[in-house]
Amino acid sequence: MSFDFSPIFDRWPMLLSGALMTMLLATAATALGFVIGTLCAVGRNSSYRAASAICAVYVETIRNTPFLVQIFLIFFGLSTLGFTLGAVTVAILALTINVGAYTGEIMRAGFNSVHSGQWEAAECLGLSRLQTYWHVVLFPAVERVYPSLTSQFILLMLASSITSQISVPELTGNANFIQGVSFRPLETYLVIGVIYFALSVVMRQAFNGIGMLIFPRRRRLGTAL
Amino acid sequence: MVSSFGTIHIQFLLEGAVWTIILSACAFIGGGVMGLIIALMRISPVWTVRTFAAAYIQLVQGIPLLVLMFTGFFGLPAIGVPVSPLMAATISMTVWVGAYLGEFWRGSLEAVPKSQWEAAECLALSRAQRMFKVIIPQAVRNATPGTVGFMVQIIKNTSLASAVSFVDLTRAGQLINNSIFEPFITFVAVAVIYFLLCFPLSVLSRRLERRMARGMAKA
Repeated sequence: MSFDFSPIFDRWPMLLSGALMTMLLATAATALGFVIGTLCAVGRNSSYRAASAICAVYVETIRNTPFLVQIFLIFFGLSTLGFTLGAVTVAILALTINVGAYTGEIMRAGFNSVHSGQWEAAECLGLSRLQTYWHVVLFPAVERVYPSLTSQFILLMLASSITSQISVPELTGNANFIQGVSFRPLETYLVIGVIYFALSVVMRQAFNGIGMLIFPRRRRLGTAL
Repeated sequence: MVSSFGTIHIQFLLEGAVWTIILSACAFIGGGVMGLIIALMRISPVWTVRTFAAAYIQLVQGIPLLVLMFTGFFGLPAIGVPVSPLMAATISMTVWVGAYLGEFWRGSLEAVPKSQWEAAECLALSRAQRMFKVIIPQAVRNATPGTVGFMVQIIKNTSLASAVSFVDLTRAGQLINNSIFEPFITFVAVAVIYFLLCFPLSVLSRRLERRMARGMAKA
């Protein structure tokens, strides 16, 4: 058995476009999922029974079923209901819904970790509940759970490989194609394994950099509050 | 007209669920052994061993499980090791679970108070005796809630074995959908079965965590 990587490297434009698609999926779902997750955390802590129940059901349902089943359900289910969306749109939608649930739990932990004195002080200043979240609690909460959020988003980037199963042309999907035409499966998957590893290292460094940029305390003291 | 979703399909799904459970059990046992080895290597006094384990964890945690599955399924036969889908899935899951449990259990081992390590050394226990008779039994208690929680991840991620044509619960759902094309009800049924497998473990994990937090508060 001899290794021959040339048929894989010859198709480097496919690998590049796949990696770009992977990063696009990860970035879009990270941004949207953060919004959904934060709203979900607010909803779960809300005093309205219905809102907190809906958010709890959402989180538990998503966290206790596989992403592959969720994406099949959305992809094939929506098409039978008459909505025909492209694979990429469905992939972003499914990834957002999925990561939103995990982010919701992380953000809830963040909100609950903010000292109750802060909440009381905000109430004394006559801030509404939403104003309190926006002006007082959100920033320190994100700062505290920032490491968990970044690991979650890297896991999301890796999970985006699953969207290849609904024919999204991202890194794994393109690799499946390449191994099909080159008959070099081991080499193909080794190469994209290395690419994924590199992407996860880059993402971790990027998140570290962003963290340093937006959290002055982390930058000066090397730690959250 | 093709038949609509009925009892025969539910029966087929349940057979798939049995395979999901079997694969999960294999992955947990294989991955548990792997994780223990990696965790012990990770806290070894020898630099090379420690670094090797750290590199293994970093590498596996940076690669999607789906890619590991494909590497196992297509790659092993390519280097002359014929594997069945179950075997390929088990090997890939073992590698993957080993990295995550290894890193998690290392934390649990290191969370055992330093005085326990020193006390064991003062009693002239050998390194192996100290590990297996003193440290690991206490680390197991630290690690239990998180490990139960990780079992949920294992069950969910066995769904990726469907991509290497292992007929588990997800694959069974796909096959049914291919024959009757009723994706909505089929995949809802699949999701419900997964939920019934995973949710009790999630609840158990949370309960254990709370109980441990209470124990800590008392101590």
